[in-house]
Amino acid sequence: MNLFIQVIITGILMGGIYALVALGWTLIYKCSGVLNLAMGELTLIGAYVCLTFYMWGFPFLLALLCTVIIGFILGLITERIFLDKLIGEPVLTVIMVTVGLSFFFRGIVEFLFGTDTVIFSPPVFPMKPIDIGGIIIGQVYLWSFFAAIALLLIFVAFFQFTRWGLAMQATADDEMAALSLGVSARFVYATAWGIAFIAAGVGGALLGNINGLNISVGYLGLLVLPAVVLGGLNSIPGAIVGGIIIGVLQNLSGAYLDRFTPGGVKEIAPFIFMVIILLYKPYGLWGWERIERV
Amino acid sequence: MPSDHFGPIMLKVNDVSMFFGKVAALSGVSLDVREGEIHSIIGPNGAGKTVLLNCINGLYHPQKGEISFKEQDITKIKTYHRAELGISRTFQKIELFRGMTVLDNIRLGRHIHLKSGILSGFIYLGKTAKEEIKTREFIEEEIIDLLEIESIRNKTVGMLPYGLQKRVELGRALALNPKLLLLDEPLAGLNLEEVEDMARFILDISQEKRWKVTCILVEHDMGVVMDISDRISVLSFGNKITTGTPSEVQNNAQVIEAYLGEEDLYATRR
Repeated sequence: MNLFIQVIITGILMGGIYALVALGWTLIYKCSGVLNLAMGELTLIGAYVCLTFYMWGFPFLLALLCTVIIGFILGLITERIFLDKLIGEPVLTVIMVTVGLSFFFRGIVEFLFGTDTVIFSPPVFPMKPIDIGGIIIGQVYLWSFFAAIALLLIFVAFFQFTRWGLAMQATADDEMAALSLGVSARFVYATAWGIAFIAAGVGGALLGNINGLNISVGYLGLLVLPAVVLGGLNSIPGAIVGGIIIGVLQNLSGAYLDRFTPGGVKEIAPFIFMVIILLYKPYGLWGWERIERV
Repeated sequence: MPSDHFGPIMLKVNDVSMFFGKVAALSGVSLDVREGEIHSIIGPNGAGKTVLLNCINGLYHPQKGEISFKEQDITKIKTYHRAELGISRTFQKIELFRGMTVLDNIRLGRHIHLKSGILSGFIYLGKTAKEEIKTREFIEEEIIDLLEIESIRNKTVGMLPYGLQKRVELGRALALNPKLLLLDEPLAGLNLEEVEDMARFILDISQEKRWKVTCILVEHDMGVVMDISDRISVLSFGNKITTGTPSEVQNNAQVIEAYLGEEDLYATRR
């Protein structure tokens, strides 16, 4: 039983980070209807940027803050250079561009940082795990979870309580009408990309702390896709719950199923789960159902 | 009705041409709209009425000609900046945010009038809170009251019947507190009772001291157009035929010719 609780809790903690990255997906989808397949590479870039600052001797929090700022700027630049011209083009075109972007970013990262695994040294979080009534929790997981949740709360507040959040939803819903009401679509898209970069970047930095950092952190970003689809592509609470479910599921299958197979169950379990959910709820758990009056 | 008692020229469209490929949707159209009037634009289908509205609104940019609003050249200005200048509109095919509530839709219209930034939005103290309360009062007491949509304020727009959606769209356009309102077929698809309500709203918006909004109305319902317009411009195949008071337009030989085949200009749709 102890193992079970242990696995669940670790899963929830990991899920917090997934939720953060999932938010990046949801955000871009929400305001432009585009599935940003370069999301994994955004996590990768964020992780390396954070690591670089940390290695320069910045305290971790400051390095994270710099990641946020640089992430936002990179997001704006990406949107301006690659995607601004595609406003109004078919969604599939834009998705293909994000595929291209993912290769491009990956290439840049390999070029600048190499392919060897690097770790945050000295370790950011104390190595000594915390023991809560027999449940052992690594401090990395715990603090990463808190960091992810804090950032999530900020984003959710942004959407719920500021007019910019509402303007973003409006642009997603009907671009022409939003324009006529004085909402600048370009501003909205640029902000969305900026924020997506931040979410992915911080998520990547935290993931890099847990397992060390190499190119495969980018695949972790892709692993979040089931979380997003599960929650409903355009639902922010959905992304959060989906992220946590995927985290738990991944850990459960790792703990209980991996021993029966040569390995890899941990990686595919989320995708299998995604397919099953989609069979029964095509819009995900909280996605917009299309309202059609006849 | 003599047009003299209206204010100065608010919107001036000067020699505007708009082509889609080789097709001229508008060729050399000029007209001026004076402050305080209801100026209707009529014409057979495909005459270029909606194109003209889109040019005024900034969704299209004409290849030739200028448009000026309150003596400021706005030909090159982006749509969302025009909204800030005070030009607002409704659409022929309803363009509401379907997944949001009626209130949220109307609130979005206030977007440009809220000045507080993101940070102060979080803290929600003093000025921001005051601004929010004022916005709410404006929306609830003035717009919702005027359009009589109190009972549906928290409903999701996509679920509402067509006539009510049209009303919500008008409300959203009004939330900008516009100086010039472009109405693109506000009566299309409404039943008789709804048409009467909508015509009454348009008159209210135009005449009530609180609003005094100048309106440009594109509409096919000739009965209403003739009743409520101060002046009417007639378009046909991208050319302006004439501008005049309803009675002048009704007796214009060219107008009658343009509508030939529709026999009874006034009996259409009634």
